Amino acid sequence: MGKKYDVTDHVRVPEHKVLSSEEKEELLERFNVKEQQLPKIYHNDPVVKELDASVGDVLKIERNSPTAGKAVYYRLIVERK
Amino acid sequence: MNYEKKVNKLEGKLPERVKNRLIEKMEEEELKGQEADELIENTKKEYKRCRFEAGEAIGVIAAQSISEPATQMTMRTYHVAGSAQGVEITQGLPRLIEVVDARKTIKTPSMDVYLEEEYQNEEEARNVANEIRETKLVDIITEDRIDLLNLVVEFDIDKEALKGVNMDKEEAIGSLNKGRRKYEAELDGNVIKIVPKDDDVSVRDLQKIKNKVMDKHMKGIKGISQAVVTETQGMWTIQTLGTNLKKVLKVEGVNPKKTVSSDPREMEKVFGIEACRNTVLKEGHKTIKDQGLDVDIRHMMLVADTMTVDGELKAIGRYGIAGEKGSVLARASFEVTVRHLTDAAIEGEVDDLNSTVENVIINQTVPVGTGMYDVVYKPERSE
Repeated sequence: MGKKYDVTDHVRVPEHKVLSSEEKEELLERFNVKEQQLPKIYHNDPVVKELDASVGDVLKIERNSPTAGKAVYYRLIVERK
Repeated sequence: MNYEKKVNKLEGKLPERVKNRLIEKMEEEELKGQEADELIENTKKEYKRCRFEAGEAIGVIAAQSISEPATQMTMRTYHVAGSAQGVEITQGLPRLIEVVDARKTIKTPSMDVYLEEEYQNEEEARNVANEIRETKLVDIITEDRIDLLNLVVEFDIDKEALKGVNMDKEEAIGSLNKGRRKYEAELDGNVIKIVPKDDDVSVRDLQKIKNKVMDKHMKGIKGISQAVVTETQGMWTIQTLGTNLKKVLKVEGVNPKKTVSSDPREMEKVFGIEACRNTVLKEGHKTIKDQGLDVDIRHMMLVADTMTVDGELKAIGRYGIAGEKGSVLARASFEVTVRHLTDAAIEGEVDDLNSTVENVIINQTVPVGTGMYDVVYKPERSE
């Protein structure tokens, strides 16, 4: 017991990457949306805790999709109320 | 390869899987430059044609595509449950409702426990299963009685059962004497004696102690009532009834990269919202598929995405998504109409009429399909 496991290694957890502020601007421009219109992820999500990210950052998530092969998704980190 | 280069120029235009199949096909047919270009062009066109157009009511399509087969499920499967190994797991419509409703406690939570490579044989798998399965005192005794003369409770040990869970008598006594308690457990041959600390106990107190002790946790992980070892294609896995993912992941021999729970909420807590989405998708789709029904996975994907957009798992229904709609009329049209309307009136809420239901109510064009768009006149600016 007391073994450690890495949340990000799990098969059901896709790769999460933090976008730089330039990348974030570009993304919002490309989809013509405001930050608040993006899907959210809480700051205390187990995966976010593993990453070096803070509230307001956008995560790029590369999902393995059964139909498209790979699908890219974005989530904005928000504080849990 | 040459082909790969060509296809990869399409960055963002085609999904990964289509691209890979394109390359495969081109290599197979050994297409020349122009033919290959033509194929790519046509694929692009065809892919564009296959996509939903902006404004298509995909939510309604998904809802109907899932609900219609679900009505078939009601008739056929309410009473059938249970897989071959005696682990009975909710299936069919009740399970589908559970997933979509994002229930806090699900009826039969279970886990698929995968094992590390060194543990891929029957013996090791059984050992791990024994570590995981919760053993209570009831499980390892044959008889219980109260000795009225000496005022002690006695249990006869079931040697076979004890051996079955890899424990010896001393360990059993050790487990009984853990934590705060009102008694002292002693071993007497093949009998466990429970001696109350209080000298002045009534028979009723003894009865109470007996029931409490029989429920005492001896070994394993709390909440896991069954753990069945199964083998499929040389892979040893353990299927459990009851979950405690966090603790199971830390057990020696368990593969923490693959082990999953069937409870989306538990997955959310342990592995985050993305894993939760995947679990909703997998469980929902599996439930439908196990019934011999064929629903395109894209519909389930939309449901899973909608349930997890806000960073936490939300139910489809009054307490989840439908209850949080922006429009008063949309909420009122769903359930408890009067309350929504009075609350909105008191707070002076404004309805922007942006969505479908509210526009149906006031008999206006709904923003679906061509109704999404307005004609906009942009007068030219004079320089």
